[in-house]
Amino acid sequence: MTKADLVERIYDRVGFSKKEAAEVVESIFEIIKVRLEAREKVKISGFGNFVINEKRPRKGRNPQTGDEIVISGRRVLTFKPSQVLKRTINTPS
Amino acid sequence: MTKRDLIDEIVRLHPTFSRRDAEVVVNSVFESMTEALCGGDRIEIRGFGSFVVKQRKAREGRNPKTGEIVAVAAKRVPFFKVGKELRLRVDGGEDGEGHSAGGENGNAEVETAPRAAAYPART
Repeated sequence: MTKADLVERIYDRVGFSKKEAAEVVESIFEIIKVRLEAREKVKISGFGNFVINEKRPRKGRNPQTGDEIVISGRRVLTFKPSQVLKRTINTPS
Repeated sequence: MTKRDLIDEIVRLHPTFSRRDAEVVVNSVFESMTEALCGGDRIEIRGFGSFVVKQRKAREGRNPKTGEIVAVAAKRVPFFKVGKELRLRVDGGEDGEGHSAGGENGNAEVETAPRAAAYPART
């Protein structure tokens, strides 16, 4: 499923024009991105939470050469699926 | 930010939509995504990330409190991989602490190597 498929589904379900559906779907992801960029946690009830984690620098190895390198500190995004989503995915329909 | 805040923001950005409309769209988006994942479909949102469902085999687990062996059933788990654009936007803050562009180790040569090591290509 791509963003275009998502727009198609929204358009089928709701009485908006395709253009409107596309714009709103675009907005939804952009709003979430802006909030995450500001390090805010985004909680979508029934779906899951998008959380920013700070990673400290750590030592690692280049798996190809075995050289020891420093993996720089970074900020990463993780998704924690909600209990509802996990349950739904495991329920045979 | 919660789903309600997201709906409020949509209403603010799209004044032609009623709150009810915005609610319906936001809910439909996440319901459609849930349905796709239930059907085993993979979701790919360019610039945001992708969602896939992974199959986990049944295994023997232990109750960490009692040490008892318990059977853990096979299950499907949703998994999100952040897209490149969002990954960079999230990591691109302005305080030097804790992001890869700054810090003592932040010379250009060191930077590309650890990234490659931290995000190995998957097949």
